[in-house]
Amino acid sequence: MNDPLAKIKPWFQGVSLFWPVLGLGLLLIFNAVFSPSFFHLEIRDGHLYGTLVDILNQGSKVMLLAIGMTLVIATGGVDLSVGSLMAIAGAVAAMLVMKISFAMAVAISLGLATVAGTCNGLLIGYAGIQPIIATLILMVAGRGLAMLLTGGQIITFEHPSFVFLGNGHFLGLPFTVTIVAIVLCFTLVATRKTAIGLFLESVGDNEKAARYCGINAALVKVMVYAYSGLCAGIAGLIATSNIKAADSSRVGEFMELDAIFAVVVGGTPLTGGRFSLVGSVIGALLIQTLTITMYNLGVAPAVSPVPKAIVIVAVCLMQSARFRAQILGWFGKRRIAA
Amino acid sequence: MSIPVLRAQNISKAFQGVKALDGVELTLRTGEIHALMGENGAGKSTLIKVLTGVYTPDSGGIEFDGVAIAPGSTREAEAAGISTVYQEVNLIPTLSIADNILLGRQPRRFGCLRKGEMKRRAEAALARLGLKLDVGQPLNSCSMAVQQMVAIARALDIQAKVLILDEPTSSLDEREVEFLFGIMRKLRKDGMAILFVTHFLDQVYAVSDRITVLRNGKFVGDYQAAELPRLKLIGAMLGRNFEEMEHLREETAHAAPSRKVFLETHKLGRRGIINPIDLNIAAGEVVGLAGLLGSGRTETAKMLFGIDLPDQGEIQIEGEKVSIKSARQAVQHGLAFCSEDRKSEGLIPHLSVRENLILAMQASRGPLRLLPRKEQDALAAHYIRALNIKTPNAEAQISNLSGGNQQKVMLARWLAMQPKLIILDEPTRGIDVGAKAEIEKLVHSLKSQGMAVLFISSDMEEIVRTCQRVVVLRDRKKVGELSGEDIQVNRIMNVIAHHDE
Repeated sequence: MNDPLAKIKPWFQGVSLFWPVLGLGLLLIFNAVFSPSFFHLEIRDGHLYGTLVDILNQGSKVMLLAIGMTLVIATGGVDLSVGSLMAIAGAVAAMLVMKISFAMAVAISLGLATVAGTCNGLLIGYAGIQPIIATLILMVAGRGLAMLLTGGQIITFEHPSFVFLGNGHFLGLPFTVTIVAIVLCFTLVATRKTAIGLFLESVGDNEKAARYCGINAALVKVMVYAYSGLCAGIAGLIATSNIKAADSSRVGEFMELDAIFAVVVGGTPLTGGRFSLVGSVIGALLIQTLTITMYNLGVAPAVSPVPKAIVIVAVCLMQSARFRAQILGWFGKRRIAA
Repeated sequence: MSIPVLRAQNISKAFQGVKALDGVELTLRTGEIHALMGENGAGKSTLIKVLTGVYTPDSGGIEFDGVAIAPGSTREAEAAGISTVYQEVNLIPTLSIADNILLGRQPRRFGCLRKGEMKRRAEAALARLGLKLDVGQPLNSCSMAVQQMVAIARALDIQAKVLILDEPTSSLDEREVEFLFGIMRKLRKDGMAILFVTHFLDQVYAVSDRITVLRNGKFVGDYQAAELPRLKLIGAMLGRNFEEMEHLREETAHAAPSRKVFLETHKLGRRGIINPIDLNIAAGEVVGLAGLLGSGRTETAKMLFGIDLPDQGEIQIEGEKVSIKSARQAVQHGLAFCSEDRKSEGLIPHLSVRENLILAMQASRGPLRLLPRKEQDALAAHYIRALNIKTPNAEAQISNLSGGNQQKVMLARWLAMQPKLIILDEPTRGIDVGAKAEIEKLVHSLKSQGMAVLFISSDMEEIVRTCQRVVVLRDRKKVGELSGEDIQVNRIMNVIAHHDE
């Protein structure tokens, strides 16, 4: 009862953050040794600049996707369509922002992404289609839809509010950091201060038992895919704002995979059940740090996935209790042999 | 007469210290159909897995044709001449019949399949069963019975001398069962030894020559089927000796005259699952559902709880007709269902004791009105104390608890809802004696609190001890109802064994 951590523990329950934090820590130490400018921060015009800030700023999209993806994966599913939903939201917002009010443009584009996510959820929850297939449909078709909307053109815009979204500063930090913080806090409260988190974990851990308890598993699934769609929409607006243009063919490409990596690295098992939103955000930061480390070391972009893959595999292996036992077993045997 | 082809002696096998088999014997002779009987947990499947090389016995030996064998895998057992057809047909539905029969041992030449030879061998295997089929058609275009035949044909292709059929009839209708029996008799005439595992008494007597009975992992006896009356067989399976059966029942609390029926069913049934059944349960009454495994007890419970939807008949709750189409609706009507399959239908394994305990209650409150943490803790603490749940604390992961304590958490989950009717399906299975007694005591106190209880158990004595009325099921049919003084183990068994309606 006197445990000082007792109050914050529920936020991290069930999932060990030890390995992702260790991975991120090691990566930062590596950078501290090999690229001295990595930790250099400076203040220009009252804004903070530096590599660490870049990681937070550029990692914001994957962090947002990973938050939505965490909930999806907690129910035992996966959402492959988030990259394409980013493209749709970006395209719609870019087209509308010059014609109607900024608030309306944002609302419509995010609403559309949420509806698209809901469709995923309906296919999975009520039609019983496997998540990987259901979301694959939208992954492929969604990008086509975005291209159709923009007529295959890159749509540019000049709109100070929209540009601020992905490039502005707030409290000395990029505004994207604020967006991520708000979404993360909202999601934490929505899952842990209600029973939604418990329902997600129950459905992911043993769907049949959850249904027998009277939980509407199908509705739970619709909700998580809708939310994942919303998160993807926000990420899409940021990505579009970043380059001041909607490039439907490139926005969010392969980003669904980064988001899945982030969730898994963050300790939420792909089989569903216990989840950790904080873990996923740390996982997303780890992946972004890795990407930037690669740039700093001058690794050609074409080969950078290889070292990235190695680090991700290493973190995942370390999380596996069986793998750790195996390693310990080897060492144990060797000691006996010696 | 016939000579022994397979003799297993003194087979013992333990899992984590629990003896699944303890000195079991089995002798199969050429040209006989030998039934292996026993209730759940008797050790039938473990014995089969030992014979087929899935498990290595801790002690004891298997002799095949007078030579000691020790199969280390299914493949080795097949090579020795022991072939098995499992309950769930292990075939690949999209492949052709011929592919399925020869899968894994297709005739090859230079690494290529010899289609002609395959067709010939598949047809030959089916011909032994007296079947002529187009072996090129995909398996999933055939009926379940034919699929079963194909599985047997697959087993025969390997020149087996012993054929093990594990519950081959559970998914067949009567006509198909007759057809299967025809084939079994034909194989018997050819000198095959068949080990037939089933729960259906009628079927045992229809085809078997001899019967081996196991109980709680121990060998009970090896009988000539013709010389073993049904009642004796059931007695052997359940471990009761009729001559010395004592009158166990405590004085019966006769059902109060002001009996208020809570739930009633009229001709409630679902084709192929359970025949139309009439039930009624009153508040403050414990009604037992008795019957052997596979008699339709769990199916009835699942129908009441909206899991398997009935296709005929109706349910009335407190006199009003209701439609229960999901577990959610059942809960809203004040029903609770504690499943026999704790692992796949009850536990949320990675969540804590507290979370498992409050789940049904939280589900009925909806997602947004989170039960305050203080109340959660209070509820968990209350039930941990009241049901004597042994757990380090309420936050322990439930999968780390013992079976009996997990079961108590499942009970607590539903008791917290204060349901009007609780369906307990095998609430004491796989838990130790102490916990068993506590759960029985709990049922008594629930009854006196005015809760209606539907109590399903394979343990006849437990039924006799706890129930005011007992509905007896056999072969997915209600075959009788006992109440008051009539509730005695031998009476129940009589009803189960009785041949005709």
